[in-house]
Amino acid sequence: MSEHVHKDYTGAKFGMWLFLFTEVLLFGGLFVLYAVYLQRYPQEFISAGSELDVRFGGGNTLVLLTSSLFVAMSITALRRGQKTLCQGLLAGTIVSAAIFMVNKFFEWSAKIHHGIYPGSPHMSEIAPGESVFFSIYYITTGLHGIHVVVGALIIAWTMFKIKAGSVNAGDWVVLENAGLYWHLVDLIWIFIFPLYYLILH
Amino acid sequence: MSEQHEHIVSYKLFAIVWSALLLLTGITIWVAQYNLGALNIWVALAIASLKSGLVVSFFMHMKYEQPLFKIALISTLVILAIFIGFTFFDVLYR
Repeated sequence: MSEHVHKDYTGAKFGMWLFLFTEVLLFGGLFVLYAVYLQRYPQEFISAGSELDVRFGGGNTLVLLTSSLFVAMSITALRRGQKTLCQGLLAGTIVSAAIFMVNKFFEWSAKIHHGIYPGSPHMSEIAPGESVFFSIYYITTGLHGIHVVVGALIIAWTMFKIKAGSVNAGDWVVLENAGLYWHLVDLIWIFIFPLYYLILH
Repeated sequence: MSEQHEHIVSYKLFAIVWSALLLLTGITIWVAQYNLGALNIWVALAIASLKSGLVVSFFMHMKYEQPLFKIALISTLVILAIFIGFTFFDVLYR
């Protein structure tokens, strides 16, 4: 097929951005919930927040920032014709996503082991402000975790397209949009980390 | 209109941005151990916003996009601000 296929890069990218804006408002709603309850229960939020481990949150911040760097560099690599490097960087991103989720698994397991999970008997005994904190924590980081998994799947799919050659140095908008989605996952975490893990005073 | 000549961002610039992001993460963890009262949350949000600005501008190439993209981004942020602001008109003065 040598016929000219019309490609609208601006349209494709703008469509992705419009979708990301809806994601911003989706998570924005959860952050509004956080802000309202923080205003109502400042002391309870501090005592509940201090039970979260900064090492998990900080470690995952490092993992996501680095994975974002990999994705950003992979676009440069693809466009410069460095296909192997590009695939390596994308594989590194998927490994980062896996590390993030394993961290999350251990973090949630420890919390659940201590009886802190939605609907647990312990949650109905602690102060209402603290149980609200943990409920919003689970829904926000849970929804974010789903985004990490979906992002990794999209990147894996993009890697297959690069391998097949349908995404290449001259036609990279699929990788660009997959990257934009991944960066959004990183952006959301940039706000989750200080608000949930660093609320100490 | 050929769009094949869009800006390719160098590895070096990406590495600099990443270093800045790590530095800002370090600063936000460091500041959190001091009790600044209500200021803590605002410092945390300011640093997070700065980090977001770096990610959006460079990693997401917003710096190199057409004005339409920038207008759409600013519109979204204004809507988000209205969302948060109007909620607090109610919450704070109830």
